[in-house]
Amino acid sequence: MILPALTLTLRLAVVVSALLLVIGLPLAYWLAFSRWRWKFLCEAIVSLPIVLPPTVLGFYVLVAIGPLSPFGRWYQALTGHGLAFTFEGLVVGSVLYSLPFAVQPMAASFAALDRKLLDASALLGASRWRTFWRIVLPLGLPGVLTGIVLSFAHTLGEFGVVLMIGGNIPGATQTVSILIYDQVQALDYVTANRTALLLLSFCFVLLAILYGLRRRSAWGLWDWK
Amino acid sequence: MGIVGLEMNSLPEAGRDGLRVEVRKTVSSGPESSFALDVHFLAPAGFTILFGASGAGKTTLLDCIAGLQVPGQGEIAIGGTTLFNAASGVNVLPNRRAVGYLMQSLALFPHMTVRQNVEYGLDALNGDERKAHSREIMESFNILPLAERRPAETSGGERQRIALARALVTRPRVLLLDEPLTALDAITKARIVDDLRAWNRKHQIPVLYVTHQREEVFALGENVIVMDAGRVVAQGSPHDALGRPTSESVAQLAGFENIFACTIAARHPDQGTMTCRVAGCELELEVPLTRLDESRPLRIGIRAGDILVASSVPQGLSARNVLPGAITSLQQHDAKVIAKVDCGAEFEVHITPGARRSLQLEPGAKVWLVIKTYSCQVLQ
Repeated sequence: MILPALTLTLRLAVVVSALLLVIGLPLAYWLAFSRWRWKFLCEAIVSLPIVLPPTVLGFYVLVAIGPLSPFGRWYQALTGHGLAFTFEGLVVGSVLYSLPFAVQPMAASFAALDRKLLDASALLGASRWRTFWRIVLPLGLPGVLTGIVLSFAHTLGEFGVVLMIGGNIPGATQTVSILIYDQVQALDYVTANRTALLLLSFCFVLLAILYGLRRRSAWGLWDWK
Repeated sequence: MGIVGLEMNSLPEAGRDGLRVEVRKTVSSGPESSFALDVHFLAPAGFTILFGASGAGKTTLLDCIAGLQVPGQGEIAIGGTTLFNAASGVNVLPNRRAVGYLMQSLALFPHMTVRQNVEYGLDALNGDERKAHSREIMESFNILPLAERRPAETSGGERQRIALARALVTRPRVLLLDEPLTALDAITKARIVDDLRAWNRKHQIPVLYVTHQREEVFALGENVIVMDAGRVVAQGSPHDALGRPTSESVAQLAGFENIFACTIAARHPDQGTMTCRVAGCELELEVPLTRLDESRPLRIGIRAGDILVASSVPQGLSARNVLPGAITSLQQHDAKVIAKVDCGAEFEVHITPGARRSLQLEPGAKVWLVIKTYSCQVLQ
């Protein structure tokens, strides 16, 4: 019972944090360096999932991917099935829900970089693209790693959005946190405790590794400081 | 050639590789204060010193040349290549300007080794060429033994060399240096400048060297541009630009310790002098004759090192100014004694410790100050 939920949860977390790396890096770069006057609106939108009840986010995503919306109909026509109550639907919801946890640490570490280094890179003939890969990313790596680990851990522990979008289908959309809810509803406190403890220790170990790495600067990437 | 006062409506050609700069820009240096940068000059191949007090707009000017800031008006060109032209909308991106720029902070990449820093600008070359070029430049700047270190593991002087090598290995068409050597001791500084000169004898590019230390101007300069409050106020050899300043700001920068507000009391065309009365006292100075309007107040600048001290009335001198006075204080700084002498107005005089001993100078002692007419610089 617990194994399918666990593999599903891990699979979801891996896919979501991989997607957030791809989406988050350019978004964080833009937030850190753009001088567009309305940028603050985008910052507010990116941060929304932190304060919104997951049910609100889940509800809108459910409507947006459902057969009533143009996007939902387009997806149905393309794949032959809807997004709601599927793994793919969970991915869409989770990416939105964990977006700030990936983007904010990345953007903060990019914004904290010494701009003179970026100027120096340009003056040595480097394009923005090359400056990003050779200067911004290596020096902002602590923030990027934090963003990835946080979004991974946050996806592991997600409940409300998953319930709204995915329902509770064992093997398809039933994650560990939903399983715990099920077990508690069934008054099976012993199993619920075992599952909860598993999730708790997993998240703790993950965060301990992250903060340990940051503190010890173990990879030689930060020892110049 | 000293172009003092600078009226340059038609610029001569800067030569094949000269740097031509014409920049107008409003610089805000805080919420309340802003000043207008309005600069016009030519820098031929070789060293040009950009000299001025902090806040004169020197760094802003370099940023404009490098393309990190955009001038409001004007044109910037190297040889025949226009980098910026406000009228035609040309604004070449910094990474396509071929301008080497040593910022004050040097901006070495902290996560790369010295070799990786130096090779950063050689992206277009293949591996072997890159190695050959970086090896050659690291040898000319004596940093080859540091190649595998990180910048944090090198000394201040070494970091300057690394930054120079990193900028020069890309063969820039202009090199900009923003007070890069200010923090170094004189010997380290001289060695780095020697290496830079040796490099530039081969490559012949304009090197624009910003400083606010006049010692550096006399040590480095063939050509000096003096900036004050966003404008070029003098240009020429260090001797021309700083030796005979015509404005008080330049005089202060150039080390004229004594500056007095004066009025013209009398002119003596037959003697080539005029008598000026120092404001607020009875003191009169014989200074070189100028055509300045008599009613206008003027200032006289005198270097503390150009004044002689005599312990008895000197006789048979060509100097026109022999001023009786009394020493008010004596302070020794290294090998220099700074004497303050009250002659009605207070003069600062620099003498050697040996002169102090042989004249037995003490505070309160009566002395005569001897000042040549041509040591008195008339400032507008």
